[in-house]
Amino acid sequence: MFPARTWRENPQRYRLEAQKCSKCSSVYFPPRKVAPGTLDGSCLEPYTLPNDGTIYTFTRINVPPNQFKDAAPYVVGIVELTDGTKIMCQIADTDGMELEIGQKVKLEFRRVQTDGEHGVLAYGYKAVPAIPGVTTV
Amino acid sequence: MREVAIIGVGMGKWGEIWNDSLRDIYVEAAVLALKDAGIDKVDSMYVGSMTPGLFVGQEHLGSLLADYLGIKNLPCTRVESACASGGVALKSAFLEVASGYSDLVIAGGVEKMTDCSGDDATYALATAADQEYEVFHGATFPGLYAMMARRHMFEYGTTREQLAYVAVKNHKNGAKNPKAQYPFEVTLEGVMSSVMVADPLRILDCSPITDGAACVVLADLETAKRICKKPIVKILGFGHATDTIALHARESLTRLDATIVAAERAYKMAGKKPSDIDFAEVHDCFTIAEIIVSEDLGFFEKGKGGPAVEAGETQIGGKIPINTSGGLKSKGHPVGATGIAQAIEIVSQLRGEAGDRQVKGAKVGLAQNMGGSGGSCTVHIMEVV
Repeated sequence: MFPARTWRENPQRYRLEAQKCSKCSSVYFPPRKVAPGTLDGSCLEPYTLPNDGTIYTFTRINVPPNQFKDAAPYVVGIVELTDGTKIMCQIADTDGMELEIGQKVKLEFRRVQTDGEHGVLAYGYKAVPAIPGVTTV
Repeated sequence: MREVAIIGVGMGKWGEIWNDSLRDIYVEAAVLALKDAGIDKVDSMYVGSMTPGLFVGQEHLGSLLADYLGIKNLPCTRVESACASGGVALKSAFLEVASGYSDLVIAGGVEKMTDCSGDDATYALATAADQEYEVFHGATFPGLYAMMARRHMFEYGTTREQLAYVAVKNHKNGAKNPKAQYPFEVTLEGVMSSVMVADPLRILDCSPITDGAACVVLADLETAKRICKKPIVKILGFGHATDTIALHARESLTRLDATIVAAERAYKMAGKKPSDIDFAEVHDCFTIAEIIVSEDLGFFEKGKGGPAVEAGETQIGGKIPINTSGGLKSKGHPVGATGIAQAIEIVSQLRGEAGDRQVKGAKVGLAQNMGGSGGSCTVHIMEVV
């Protein structure tokens, strides 16, 4: 992975930086140049996604792409955050066998990929099942 | 716009083809189509191919294939829309003929997917998903459709068995298609116990990696009537639409909006409705895709696609036969060629040339071709004159 390609996504991946439309309150993640249907980006304001939500759907990947060979099997899912935004990411700290749609999760900062060819370590968010009664930072 | 017909079709045997190269398999299909049409030259050519650059290291495909087809200086355009590349090539060729600019145009498709390792093929296919927000996180294509399947099961009670019935039906049809990559039947138990790829999808829910090409020859209706000796199949209408390529950006995972919109456009242009369609070829890249698409095309109510396949409504002889060719599942899925091969099955059925898998009295057929996880879609509706 060419370093600039992953570096330029860091605001989204490290800090969940998204956009909110000042006119209609729609949330866009990742950020866009223009708001859909307007050809104009001036209404898009910086907005940080909440980091907790529920599992919308998920799958356990048994046959992985090359760069995830060491991680398989692993779980990828779509999380519906508390503001309604949906985001795709891995669901970590679980083998996926007990997960259910609707289960509460939190987004945490984790290492996502290790790129062999150029040595880039790519970090970002992963969802982790929230344990009832335990507050994580 | 002029009326447009398909006057020739051609495809070789699909599969893992070690003896022939990309250019060889394409030229074989194109020559078969030209001979079927009874002509030896055309005005122009469109070739659907997803990513020959990644599969075999070859771009500039239009010129290469025109050269090896042996038609000097032929204008030729390579068209890309992931797995819908063939469908978009067909639409492009249709428009060139309909506009009056050309009278005879080849719409072809090709993909040579086994000239690289399985890992390289997986990587190449994954480029049809959102690299930074899906593939980055380890999502694969089976994984994306598995997420749709889980949601469809959750919202509508679609069962694991119903997914398997799609594979069983399509292999039953494909067993009667001599061009199919895997022309054999599979059992419900066989599908249900096959290797898990991305839960809940197993290997026999997935279309295979395939080498293959397919070509059709399009002509304006007047030219078609003059030279075509077989029943003339008219393209009554098409629809083409896109959607987000990232799944997380969609409102719903149990419908495919590009397919819904493309179908609406095609039905309107053709002056047809879902109940007018006698049979359809749809993009069953994974079993769940056929179920969702059969709903989105208006054949079944939302959520009823699973029960319909289980009840046999989509088999030959049922209410609306789907994927009589064997579909992507059994016939194979050389991604860029798939949309054209679907059109070939429609023409074969409408001409009454489909042999053991013939749908009796077929007059109107529909082909639905889809890119990625539904980020692009074409629908073509055809009728025999």
